[in-house]
Amino acid sequence: MLVVAAGAVSLGAGWVSGPAAIGVLSLMLVAVLGIVWTAFVGGLETRRALAPYGLLKPGILWLCLFFLAPLWSMLEMSLSAKKSRFDFSPSFSWHWGNYATALTDFGPQFGRSFFYAAAATVLTLLIGYPLAYVIAFRGGKFKSVLLGLVAVPFFTSYLIRTLAWQNLLADEGPIVGLINKLGVEQVFEWLHIMDNGRLMNTPAAVIGGLTYNFLPFMILPIFVSLEKIDARLVDAAMDLYSTATGAFRKVVLPMSLPGVFAGSLLVFIPAAGDFVNAQFLGSPQTTMIGNSIQDQFLRQLNYPVATAMSFVLMSVITVSVLVYAKFMGTEELM
Amino acid sequence: MTGALSTRQRNGRRFINAVAVAAMLYLFAPIAMIVLFSFNNPKGKFNIVWRGFTLKNWAHPFASPELTDALMVSLKVAVISTACATMLGTMIALSLSRYKFKGSGVVNLFLVLPLTSPEIVLGSSLATLFIARGTSFGYLTVIIAHIMFQVSFVAVTLRARIRGFDWTLEQAAMDLGATPQRAFWKVTFPLILPGILAAALLSFALSIDDFIITFFNAGSLVTFPLQIFGASRVAIPPQINVLATMILMGSISLMVIGFVVGARRQRKAMGPVTSGK
Repeated sequence: MLVVAAGAVSLGAGWVSGPAAIGVLSLMLVAVLGIVWTAFVGGLETRRALAPYGLLKPGILWLCLFFLAPLWSMLEMSLSAKKSRFDFSPSFSWHWGNYATALTDFGPQFGRSFFYAAAATVLTLLIGYPLAYVIAFRGGKFKSVLLGLVAVPFFTSYLIRTLAWQNLLADEGPIVGLINKLGVEQVFEWLHIMDNGRLMNTPAAVIGGLTYNFLPFMILPIFVSLEKIDARLVDAAMDLYSTATGAFRKVVLPMSLPGVFAGSLLVFIPAAGDFVNAQFLGSPQTTMIGNSIQDQFLRQLNYPVATAMSFVLMSVITVSVLVYAKFMGTEELM
Repeated sequence: MTGALSTRQRNGRRFINAVAVAAMLYLFAPIAMIVLFSFNNPKGKFNIVWRGFTLKNWAHPFASPELTDALMVSLKVAVISTACATMLGTMIALSLSRYKFKGSGVVNLFLVLPLTSPEIVLGSSLATLFIARGTSFGYLTVIIAHIMFQVSFVAVTLRARIRGFDWTLEQAAMDLGATPQRAFWKVTFPLILPGILAAALLSFALSIDDFIITFFNAGSLVTFPLQIFGASRVAIPPQINVLATMILMGSISLMVIGFVVGARRQRKAMGPVTSGK
């Protein structure tokens, strides 16, 4: 199993080529045949012991080939140098300059990505927690219907949903109209939500779009963890003279933290790498790292710098997830 | 307990309920816009500002051939990739929940990784691999990419669904003389089939809606989301809203059917003795 997986990765990543590839292939073949032969010769017990590996093999191989091996070739590409501007197959040369370029030229984009994603995570938590709480504890027999309603908006395409926010936030759209009618533009300007009377193309629009698009990823895990809580625990706390807020803070909240943790990850990670919201709702001053990676990779065909940015993005996310896990004290959830 | 609420507590409850209602409105505002603007009669190329009511978009839902073609491409990709991914993912989930074996912890972690990596990293790294190997982009690369994230998704959701499955049922069937294969197909498989179908449906939806990973690996192939993205820069035809509303209605009716069937099953199951899970 291990031999086969390692072989698949090495072939995929292109460590081996030519005659060596044939060697690796035959090694993989021998390993597979070995498993089949042991299963064939061995009794029922051996066969049972090998069954899980047999079931795992095809799927795991797929992931080795098309998830692990690509990460390796991405790392390799990020350390390659372009010989000229028009060199579209750069070769590996420990060229750390790509990382310097990624961090210096695209520093603001990195900063904005993490700031917007963090803001969206906090907002989804503030909006999603009360909704999950009400559905879980006050939903009664409509619990599953209400939960279904939360999922309904997400049956429409992600891009169409984001485009719909263009309708809502447009200069002649309903929200700007309402704000003007109420005459509270100054408040919104002061909160930095509006910019020169516009809602579109502001950082707030991008954060709002991210918040909207990833909200269910916050609601669902929180709901799951809240639903597991026995309501009698709250009654017990109240019987022991706890106030309602005290019971929430000391009983419900700690027990729902695993859901908050999972939800935060499910919002923060895709939000940090997103470029659709910044593209549709933002302006050139609100581009995120996803926009830059996409632009460098698909338009400038500058693969080394684009992959270096991807790699930095992935590393920062991994490190912050680990720090967050430590902080929340929920390592066992990983 | 309800009788002993103070005014402050009642106000607190009302406040939380109000927040929940506002959150629901927030969730549905864009959806209402999508449905409403499918009846818009836009001037010019962009369907962004309301210009008046018309039914003509609904009379010609397939008036934009690029859009319809793209939808067909998306459906083809989703059917093939979902079929493959469901098979591979189910095998992984079965192996992880049915057997205790060395290395299952590593496999678990490995499965979650694709789901916790940003899509842009998955998409760009896979595209790098294809570029380095000289693979030409098209159906094949898109399907490979979709299967990659769907396998993890199916395996993880299905494993959660069949956690706590009573494997002694299979043992019982074998004690009664069934071969392991027969015990699996006649006992285990029918019981876990609803879970498999649910995971397959969700991963089908993921595939249809995937934009970022597909964007990097599609080459000149245009799926439905890619078509919308491309169109959004030059023109937004109201047919986008019509098709989106249709898809929405379709999924809502599927969900309602699911609810009704589930409720009926539950009522049936209430009758005889239920021995836990």
